[in-house]
Amino acid sequence: MPPAIGGGLTGSELRPRRGRCAPQAARAVGRDTVRRVAARSLKRPAWSSRSFEAAGRWATLAVVTLLSFATRFHRLDQPAHICWDETHFGKMGSYYINRTFFFDVHPPLGKMLIGLAGYLSGYDGTFLFEKPGDRYEHHSYMGMRGFCAFLGSWLIPFAYLTVLDLSKSFPAALLTAALLTFDTGCLTLSQYILLDPILMFFIMAAMLSMVKYNSCADRPFSAPWWFWLSLTGISLAGALGVKFVGLFIILQVGLNTISDLWQLFGDLSLSLVTVGKHLTARILCLIVLPLVLYVTIFAVHVMVLNKSGPGDGFFSSAFQARLSGNSLHNASIPEYLAYGSVITVKNLRMAIGYLHSHRHLYPEGIGARQQQVTTYLHKDYNNLWIIKKHNTNTDPLDPSFPVEFVRHGDIVRLEHKETTRNLHSHYHEAPLTRKHYQVTGYGINGTGDSNDFWKIEVVNRKYGNRIKVLRSRIRFIHLVTGCVLGSSGKILPRWGWEQLEVTCTPYLKETSNSIWNIEDHINPKLPNISLDVLQPSFSEILLESHMVMIRGNNGLKPKDNEFTSKPWHWPINYQGLRFSGANDTDFRVYLLGNPVVWWLNLVSIVLYLLLGSTIAIAIKRGVQLPAELEGLTRVLLRGGGQLLLGWTLHYFPFFLMGRILYFHHYFPAMLFSSMLTGILWDTLLQLCAWGLASSPVGRRIHAMGIVSLLLATAYSFYLFHPLAYGMVGPLAQEPESPMAGLRWLESWEF
Amino acid sequence: MLRFLERPLVVTADINLNLVALTGLGLLTRLWQLSYPRAVVFDEVYYGQYISFYMKRIFFLDDSGPPFGHMLLALGGYLGGFDGNFLWNQIGAEYSSNVPVWSLRLLPALAGALSVPMAYQIVLELHFSHCTAMGAALLMLIENALLTQSRLMLLESLLIFFNLLAVLSYLKFFNSQTHRYENGRGSSHQQQVTCYPFKDINNWWIVKDPGRHQLVVNNPPRPVRHGDIIQLVHGMTTRLLNTHDVAAALSPHSQEVSCYIDYNISMPAQSLWKLDIVNRESSRDTWKTILSEVRFVHVNTSAVLKLSGAHLPDWGFRQLEVVGEKSRGHHESMVWNVEEHRYGQSQEQEERELELHSPSQVDISRNLSFMARFSELQWKMLTLKNENSEHKYSSTPLEWVTLDTNIAYWLHPRTSAQIHLLGNIVIWASASLATVAYILLFLWYLLRRRRSIWDLPKDAWSHWVLAGALCTGGWAFNYLPFFLMERMLFLYHYLPALTFQILLLPIVLQHISDHLCRSQLQRNVFSALVVAWYSSACHVSNMLRPLTYGDTSLSPGELRALRWKDSWDILIRKY
Repeated sequence: MPPAIGGGLTGSELRPRRGRCAPQAARAVGRDTVRRVAARSLKRPAWSSRSFEAAGRWATLAVVTLLSFATRFHRLDQPAHICWDETHFGKMGSYYINRTFFFDVHPPLGKMLIGLAGYLSGYDGTFLFEKPGDRYEHHSYMGMRGFCAFLGSWLIPFAYLTVLDLSKSFPAALLTAALLTFDTGCLTLSQYILLDPILMFFIMAAMLSMVKYNSCADRPFSAPWWFWLSLTGISLAGALGVKFVGLFIILQVGLNTISDLWQLFGDLSLSLVTVGKHLTARILCLIVLPLVLYVTIFAVHVMVLNKSGPGDGFFSSAFQARLSGNSLHNASIPEYLAYGSVITVKNLRMAIGYLHSHRHLYPEGIGARQQQVTTYLHKDYNNLWIIKKHNTNTDPLDPSFPVEFVRHGDIVRLEHKETTRNLHSHYHEAPLTRKHYQVTGYGINGTGDSNDFWKIEVVNRKYGNRIKVLRSRIRFIHLVTGCVLGSSGKILPRWGWEQLEVTCTPYLKETSNSIWNIEDHINPKLPNISLDVLQPSFSEILLESHMVMIRGNNGLKPKDNEFTSKPWHWPINYQGLRFSGANDTDFRVYLLGNPVVWWLNLVSIVLYLLLGSTIAIAIKRGVQLPAELEGLTRVLLRGGGQLLLGWTLHYFPFFLMGRILYFHHYFPAMLFSSMLTGILWDTLLQLCAWGLASSPVGRRIHAMGIVSLLLATAYSFYLFHPLAYGMVGPLAQEPESPMAGLRWLESWEF
Repeated sequence: MLRFLERPLVVTADINLNLVALTGLGLLTRLWQLSYPRAVVFDEVYYGQYISFYMKRIFFLDDSGPPFGHMLLALGGYLGGFDGNFLWNQIGAEYSSNVPVWSLRLLPALAGALSVPMAYQIVLELHFSHCTAMGAALLMLIENALLTQSRLMLLESLLIFFNLLAVLSYLKFFNSQTHRYENGRGSSHQQQVTCYPFKDINNWWIVKDPGRHQLVVNNPPRPVRHGDIIQLVHGMTTRLLNTHDVAAALSPHSQEVSCYIDYNISMPAQSLWKLDIVNRESSRDTWKTILSEVRFVHVNTSAVLKLSGAHLPDWGFRQLEVVGEKSRGHHESMVWNVEEHRYGQSQEQEERELELHSPSQVDISRNLSFMARFSELQWKMLTLKNENSEHKYSSTPLEWVTLDTNIAYWLHPRTSAQIHLLGNIVIWASASLATVAYILLFLWYLLRRRRSIWDLPKDAWSHWVLAGALCTGGWAFNYLPFFLMERMLFLYHYLPALTFQILLLPIVLQHISDHLCRSQLQRNVFSALVVAWYSSACHVSNMLRPLTYGDTSLSPGELRALRWKDSWDILIRKY
């Protein structure tokens, strides 16, 4: 008879019958594994040594945690200049400290925490974070980096505990911890002012809490059960609050919860009332609680950022009225549009901006060579237009004329204030949307031709035929061609300063692209009214922020001919990202996974699929597994399955995304992959040990295998650590380079 | 021996008159006045081109999918004796007398007509009653959008026909309890860009050894090998292919590639290219026609000759931009191969030009296997991308379910007779409601079964599940993928999915009558309601008939009265 092997088996034997929760279960496992690892000769542990084993268990956790912290905090201050996306997230942290409003495609929690860390560590928000490579000089940046590294350090203990709980096997957990500690990619990504360590912290926290609460399932409604359940919800809110990638872990917890409830629902020994209680508890902790927290994050966000800043133009006019320093804040402007008014015209679709023109012509070959008309997201004097009657060029502001309001159906001319050219369209194709007509600025001092005439129409006639600022939705119909003024939302090439295309569309379909409102309004002949009544409610702010973020995310399309990272590159560690420096004189940091770890992960996924499907088929076909293997296969299929699901959910959706993708998007999936590797190799080696039990090798193959994997990982880290901690000197292709011989793939750029 | 003669010969015919009647009605509605209008209607302008290509046996590439549908359409043209001579360039253009309109439209119409009895048969095979099956078929019969789409030279009705045929064959022959279901892909048939393999004398380049000045091949010819430094001379203009550190027109990150012109002295010629055979077997492999995949690495700047993929503006005749790519890394668009190859013999430029005009003298047998051609074509179909553009009648998948959009297919040149792709709103709305009702009922039963409450007998439950899996599954597979497509979409893309919803509709009705109506009275009332509802569907169908057949000219007032939704675009002439 083969000897008792491994924690997986014993763990399952120890599966509690009475109520027993995770800490106790883990303690029992700890006892067992410590016995195996540390004192194999001991046949039967004495009951009195229990406290000793518990201490061993805690000591291992402490060592894992300490090692993680040590690697993450080592040389954290290097390099003392902006690396990669620190330029964005550091800047956004500063915005919170300065309380200026900005726009970003991600939800605010991550940047808020960075800002808070900076604030608490004495950073005053004065550093400009202009571009990568700028030196920090006397500015205090270590607080923000330290905070990110602190959260990044927790990934490893979290992964360790998750695997320990899923497999009840010490070696599996240790292997996972080693893979992540010694992965140069995880290390690099945790050492800078980025959203990723914060995001991964919440993802792993949610995963750990979910696993813990699953193992409390036999003691529902107990204190630990509630604790882990609500902690799951809190972590989910955190993950989603940092980046929308958090949706994937929400999906995973959701699927887990549905299958959980399905089991409970099918258990006829439970009354419907009990099932209802279970359902309510989950709705409370996994839906209501995260939602409340998520909304709170946004409430704090808009409360803190109360000053006008670079993000104003992305938002609607009403939204901007709450920002101090914005021209709409506490503003009072004339209520109804009259001839001679100076106005800005804003597109109703979010994140399109203001109708804009400037003294640059469309280049040769792109429509008529006349002045460009675009939309621009930022406030600018070039956004100002004067509304005039189409057929006279007299100054309507002349005091001798009576005030005449603009009404629905009027034929008007829009004169660009700065360049005195008229808004004009004609039968030339628009620069990007070829089926639309080009819109230009034409004429001089208001004198042009009949192609400058536009019919103004009020879409919502709630305020009568006159045009009310901010509230009236209007469209401009070109009189000669019958087309409608709109913005396609496409970004013009460099000749158009990467502003958005304005076209005149012949299709009269009603979309918000072709509807505008009047935002600024100056007319000295009219009395002003206060704009405070127009302030939006919080729910409107929340909705609008999300619309703008989603549009922003979708707008991050790869530019023409840009070499983009493809999802299939990622698991094979095909190409990294330059964090700092490119030349041999620079201090270079290169985000790249430790190839040994990553390729081991890749092999492990394939092996897992093979082994898992073989076992699943065998069980389906009614093969009777020996009792010793049942526990092992359960760990492999259930625990491993959870992790495989996590990897799948965090990886495959990227194949469907149209937005621009980067290598670092793979790291959440990589965490799951590494945990799977830990479980797989532990199980595989135990299976080998079981198969070879009769030979002398069999007895030691498990320990030898694990130890050699640990050593290989550690040695590869020793080789590749300069990627993360920084390299100087010649590039890797030179023989005298510190990285000589390590450029195993031509696509690596170090 | 002759035993069989001892018995009388008996033929027993078992004719289901329902099927006969449905087929007859289907043919009647689909074939009636089929050759009207004698003008190009909407997408016929695209498919017509391909039919002409088949008639003339010109190769083309279309991203809408595999060529079977086009071939079937072309078969109609072949049977009608079409010679392919018609300029397909404008919707509404009158057909010339050599275009056999009737036979070109016949196959889609037959497919549409046969879909009606097939719907009947499918519902029957799903173990529902004759009455229910009749209901499904009659709905298919009067659905205006299906009717319009199958009366024209378009592919959807063929696609729907084969979808239904696949389902029917699956239910009839292969009939197991597993719910594996494969379905015709919801492919779409718009925005074709054709790739003409234009061969042009301006495509010829001469490979020149930089050390020699003659453009004539040595005797014996010296093969070009991997690693050789070469120059490429444009055959018609004798200019050298050149690149330098100047940003390319559309891809500013890359270098401009041009033909070097002698008179610009300020810029030295940088026309040396190193040949890099990608799929070489040895380090001195020779450069073979067609088989060798090569890269050209510029010697001075080590840029690689690459197709950027961007279309040049009009001045570049919309041809594709070629650039020198500085960044390393391997990319398919950097790999080139030699397709035609000949030896130059003349020294004089004029003679050389003459030579290039004549067909190549070396006949190269192209040993591309069928599999190689097949896989290349499949790959091209999947990867061919169109410019993402906008069409007056393009729509989004969300607008389809509620029929918020229509397509004006054709307008009579003088009167206001017009054809629209416009569904029967009663059928669309009730079909969607039926799908929702099915899903809710299914979930309800599923939850109760989990608590060991068995509402339905075992048979009824399995029939209910099978029908739902097939119909909602078919609907979902034919509909949901469109949400992921970043291309131009039209209402007719929804028709295959709609067919599955229509099949489900009478099934849900029968289920309600059989299992949810508790008394005979309730059942009778329900039946009466169903009859009333079907009558209203017929009424709507009849009201929209002028827009389906386009045979009646309505007054502006009548047209305005048909614009039931603001988003419908019905053409009203301004007199």
